[in-house]
Amino acid sequence: MHEDSRFTAGKAHALLLRDPALKIVIVDENPVRAAILADGLREAGYIDVTWIEETASLLARIYSLDPDVILIDLENPSRDVLAQMFQVSRAVKRPIAMFVDQSDAAAIEAAVDAGVSAYIVDGLKKERIEGILDLCISRFNAFARLKDELERAQTALSERKVIDRAKGIVMKLKNISEADAYAMLRKTAMNENKKIAEVAQSVVTAAELLK
Amino acid sequence: MTVDTMRIGFIPLVDAAALIIAVDKGFAAEEGLAIELMREVSWSNVRDKLNIGLFDAAHLLAPLAIASTLGIGHVKVPLLAPFMLGLNGNAITVCPALYDALVLAANGGLDDPKVSAQALGRVVTERRRRGDEPLTFGMTFPFSTHNYQIRFWMAAGGVDPDEDVRLVVLPPPYMVDSLASHQVDGFCVGAPWNSVAVKLGIGRIIHFGCDIVARAPEKVLAVRAAWATNRASALERLLRALHRATDFINDSAREDEVVALLAAPNRVDVAPEIIRGTLSGQMQMALDGSSRVCADYILIGRDGGARPEPAHAAWLYAQMVRWNQAALSPDLLAAAKACFRPDLYDAALGGATSAKLPRKLLDSVGGFTGPLFDPDDMAGYVRALSVHDR
Repeated sequence: MHEDSRFTAGKAHALLLRDPALKIVIVDENPVRAAILADGLREAGYIDVTWIEETASLLARIYSLDPDVILIDLENPSRDVLAQMFQVSRAVKRPIAMFVDQSDAAAIEAAVDAGVSAYIVDGLKKERIEGILDLCISRFNAFARLKDELERAQTALSERKVIDRAKGIVMKLKNISEADAYAMLRKTAMNENKKIAEVAQSVVTAAELLK
Repeated sequence: MTVDTMRIGFIPLVDAAALIIAVDKGFAAEEGLAIELMREVSWSNVRDKLNIGLFDAAHLLAPLAIASTLGIGHVKVPLLAPFMLGLNGNAITVCPALYDALVLAANGGLDDPKVSAQALGRVVTERRRRGDEPLTFGMTFPFSTHNYQIRFWMAAGGVDPDEDVRLVVLPPPYMVDSLASHQVDGFCVGAPWNSVAVKLGIGRIIHFGCDIVARAPEKVLAVRAAWATNRASALERLLRALHRATDFINDSAREDEVVALLAAPNRVDVAPEIIRGTLSGQMQMALDGSSRVCADYILIGRDGGARPEPAHAAWLYAQMVRWNQAALSPDLLAAAKACFRPDLYDAALGGATSAKLPRKLLDSVGGFTGPLFDPDDMAGYVRALSVHDR
């Protein structure tokens, strides 16, 4: 989601309205993202932050922790387990409602877009936790950008490696210079309308086959 | 014809078949629709993304479409169901230890749900007397036929699902692990998870969903009410494409192709033989070999099953009332019934599809016990089913 002014404002707001007494639980199978989020919350003044990685007996763990706010990533199938907390039932200690209510269309959209969902204990004043969701959204977005950059960097790195190997193979077979080997790969790629890395991969695969 | 693009959310289950075939066989494209199917991991996600407009339409639990329309348990967003993607398709599986206990407690064959429910009642009473932990059962969502089917069965044996046992939501992919690790003693879930438990030797299927309720309104195509008005022509074409897809699915000559398309990694992504068994209602009940064939195990557009019947919506609402999810009111009942839209279905398909079948069959849900369901006497129906009067 776009880093619009609403979230920047929300961040500042969170710093002003931090509520150290709130007990926050993060349900996320990704340890890096959970750490980024937990750090952000602690920096903003929330002391009581617990991360649940394991989703077995999730509800029992949540009940024993008795949180005020639950944050869960949308790629976690256990989100449906939380739906049970809304049910009026003997097993439920206190009813929990989703943070984003009818009037919060923009907030729910931003949250879903970022990949996070938030639940709060019913009766908690919305102002007390307004900053938390905004902080979550910006941290989730930051994590997504980081992951994206990392993936791109890894792809670039592995492409460079395979091109280097292909160059070596061509140099050896044709007994030509590195510059000529690279020029050959590039020309073939252009002729076949492919990426150099793809042609390089074919060379490497062929060389392995013919070993 | 202009090309309409849409995004449709689905959960990788066999009853998403009509959507998958409509897209992957090109029926949607022939109607001028460019559909992107979006695989999701939870019903909460599907509902939220449909509600906020990230999806144009979705494969959704029929009771969840009604809950969203009534504003129960979550944000109130009026949804419409103009097409039933599937009736039935669930089963109840129990661990071997519970199965053995049921056999010992049963007065008769366990394949009769009246007998098995009463046996469950005795097992529960005996465990309580001994001071054992209550039995735990898994189901997929509070607003699901899985929840209502397993409750219907338990209650018939005098077991109160909220008091006498623990009934917990488990994501279907975690069901089998939970049974293996003894976190649950049984569950009610759709394909392929019952079969997976059987093949691992950790569970026995004791009932198909259709033993409990003969025609359970399972999954719908859900759209936002406002969207249905704004995109009326696109919706009509989508319904036609879905109808063609169900005909294709039910043509036995096409079975191999249907199975291969559904089994694809970006679709349902399970072993072809499990999909074949599910579609034909042929399933192994236990590792020791006994298997069963039931034509009604899952109905995808067959026997008038694709037409959304308001009587079915009323039955689902009655289950919500029965289990204290919703209050009983004439307004809520009317809103629940209005969520199912046979008029949109008939308008798109010329009304010819289910006219031959008797109205009584189409309206019926067919519980294995209890009074005949009467949408006009909901209070009486719910009262007659009270667990505590037994």
